[in-house]
Amino acid sequence: MGLVLLVVIWLITFISTYFFVAKTWWLPTGASAAAAGIDHHFTTTYILMGIVFVAAQVILGLFAWKYRDRASAAPARYSHGNNTLEIIWTVLTAILFIGLNLMSSSIWASERFQPAGPDAVQVEVTGMQFAWYFRYPGPDGKFGGTKPELIDPSAGGEAALGLDSNDPASKDDVVSGTMYLPVNREAEVILRAHDVIHSFFVPAMRFKQDAVPGLAIHMHFKPILTGDYEIPCAELCGLGHYKMHAMLKVVSQQDFDKWLASREAEKQ
Amino acid sequence: MATRELTAHELHVHAAPTSFIRKWVFSLDHKIIGLQYYFLALTAVFVGMFLSLLMRIHLVWPNLSLPLIGDIRPETYLSLLTMHGTIMVFFVLTTAPQGGFGNYFLPIQIGAADMAFPVLNMLSFWVTLLAYLVMLSAFFVTGGAPLHGWTGYPPLSALPSAGPGEGPGADLWVISIALFCLGALMSALNFITTTLDMRVKGMSLMRMPLTCWAWFITAILGLLAFGVLLSAGILLLLDRNAGTSFYVPLVVVNGVVAGHKGGSPLLWQHLFWFFGHPEVYIAILPAMGLCSQLVSVFSRKPIFGYKAMVYAMLSIGLLGFMVWGHHMFMSGMSPYSAFAFSIMTMAIGVPSAIKTFNWLGTLWGGRIRFQSPMLFAIGFVSLFVSGGISGPFLAQPTLDIPLHDTAFVTGHFHLIMGVASIFGIFAATYYWFPKMFGRMMNESLARWHFWFSLVGTYCVFMPMHYLGMAGQPRRYSQFTEVQYLLHLVPLNKFITYAAFATIAGQFIFLFNLFWSMKFGKKASDNPWEATTLEWTTATPPPHDNFGGHTPVVYNGPYEYSVPGAPRDFVMQTDPMIVTAAHK
Repeated sequence: MGLVLLVVIWLITFISTYFFVAKTWWLPTGASAAAAGIDHHFTTTYILMGIVFVAAQVILGLFAWKYRDRASAAPARYSHGNNTLEIIWTVLTAILFIGLNLMSSSIWASERFQPAGPDAVQVEVTGMQFAWYFRYPGPDGKFGGTKPELIDPSAGGEAALGLDSNDPASKDDVVSGTMYLPVNREAEVILRAHDVIHSFFVPAMRFKQDAVPGLAIHMHFKPILTGDYEIPCAELCGLGHYKMHAMLKVVSQQDFDKWLASREAEKQ
Repeated sequence: MATRELTAHELHVHAAPTSFIRKWVFSLDHKIIGLQYYFLALTAVFVGMFLSLLMRIHLVWPNLSLPLIGDIRPETYLSLLTMHGTIMVFFVLTTAPQGGFGNYFLPIQIGAADMAFPVLNMLSFWVTLLAYLVMLSAFFVTGGAPLHGWTGYPPLSALPSAGPGEGPGADLWVISIALFCLGALMSALNFITTTLDMRVKGMSLMRMPLTCWAWFITAILGLLAFGVLLSAGILLLLDRNAGTSFYVPLVVVNGVVAGHKGGSPLLWQHLFWFFGHPEVYIAILPAMGLCSQLVSVFSRKPIFGYKAMVYAMLSIGLLGFMVWGHHMFMSGMSPYSAFAFSIMTMAIGVPSAIKTFNWLGTLWGGRIRFQSPMLFAIGFVSLFVSGGISGPFLAQPTLDIPLHDTAFVTGHFHLIMGVASIFGIFAATYYWFPKMFGRMMNESLARWHFWFSLVGTYCVFMPMHYLGMAGQPRRYSQFTEVQYLLHLVPLNKFITYAAFATIAGQFIFLFNLFWSMKFGKKASDNPWEATTLEWTTATPPPHDNFGGHTPVVYNGPYEYSVPGAPRDFVMQTDPMIVTAAHK
């Protein structure tokens, strides 16, 4: 039985580890400025934790086999433990865990402790059952007012956000079902939700933030690769959660300007 | 001291009941109540498992119509998910290890005749059963069971208009949880008092088996955590039915202004996770205690570092109340507080690692007997390591960004809180079945059950980590709408097939359990040659546990292979040896 346990536990360990090492299923290619740092720290954590995982499982299997009860076995060792060992592994684990934590804190701080720069593209992201809407303030740089009683999700677009057309600042606001961002420029997103909590998740940007009713959450990230990226909702929001989905198109600054201008033109 | 204990003991002795109703139904006997809790959990685990089976089927064959059940719509799927999680967490993982085995064996292991408050104990069980029935009834009301997940985040859980199942079904869900909290609070008081007041002469705290320590600490966690959940649940009921706005700000659902104002959705998350994270330890601490017990018994060695194990459990209990925010890194909570929660969470990994090292240390140099309880204990250690190792990923806010609310989290908590705890329950069943029912369970069936469960659950939950890294969000009822999820479907199919096999394996257990009650080999009083008090009494134990006499304890709980002793174990009641380690 000891041998079977060894074989099974080792097999489980090595097969599981193989798929991590081979990266058969892995994080999607990072496309934001922060992705490289996050991925690097992910790999560091993964290597250190991987060593602990493999070592613990290998030892478990090995001990099960080596110390199995059999006629020729030595009597069990009468020992209540070893304080030196306890102290050594407590200190080592504490250093490993707390150290890992401190290593990654600067990445977290960089996107969250400072506001977005003045040059950032502002986009208001609003979640509702079961769609995302993206609003750009237009040339005046100001978002127009919205009113809850004007909200009409079935009408889509500006009406879905309840945009108040009497507010002069709302005249040039652009509302889109697809998110456009210029490459290599910081994007400031202002996250809102109308009904329940949603979560704005862009795997390729290594970006995730809940959109919470009653809060306007300011965050920022910088796309560095052009392309189309999917935005699935990551917080259970009701029966259509699985299909609450939008696209992020990262384009050159010229293409972005062109797109915004054409949307402005449509409004006039 | 001796006089006081005697009084306490005398106060709680009650005559053996003779009528069927008082003996088996409204029983005051902690052993019967323990069995009642256990069978409640057994029913619940099969219901919960069946719901998960339907979920796995729907995930990979979304258009399949099932006989008798019909189409599974997205909202049906979310109801299954909500009820699966709620039933498993409350009525299985909280109920079986503590209410079931704790009730049955805590008094016996400390030499008491019963729990401190037998009537309260009976009441705890019946309130818990009522909670379970109310929970199940949610399936049968208009709109069906709620779809807000076991975490019930408002506004989704607070607004009947937010989806099907958020009407009466959601009310029943909240009421059930509130009732469960009441039962758990009463039970926690009972466990704490019993442990502190009912120990026999010689059973100092540091001579208690680690199982008793685990039940004791679990009860303290329960006392502090369930009170908060109860209050949170009452506020949610008020928001739903009395027009208050604790959790709901001004929201517009489907074009309709909902009439709430100024509430905070994050308040619920704080209250819920203040309960929710300790709840993880409520589920797993008893399994840790039991596993420590079994590793020592079946390695025929004293537990490695008894005191370290006790302090580790105490620190897990303490730190467990300071880490709730790690569930909320993406919630909109202050990013500064993430640092504090993250450090505390990483710190809680330290005592968890200490426990693992000590289990390995106990195996080291032992003479391991691979009987079924030990197989599950070793399985527990393996699963605890595998489920624990993904913790430091999720505990770091930076890495939580890509992983939060993905299948990675599902894999992580199922391995550690779900399957590892369930392995604890299985190990406890195989270990204590002879004492509870007077017969042995069938060993070959137990082995088959073990292999199916170990390999099966790894095949189900390990791939979820890969899916999560690839960005598969949790709680999606199908993977047809997001392009990058399409290539993950084959792996999802693999998980579903593995779930079939794992679930099939559980019927071996069910058969073995009932078959052995009737036809198992007669058990002796101490079939595993273990040292703790439950093995000094008759099998099954008499109504007052020790047949009229009160045991006296001389030794620690783990005196195996003591040099010079006549056999390789020294009972706690053997007056011959007082070892230096446990004076």
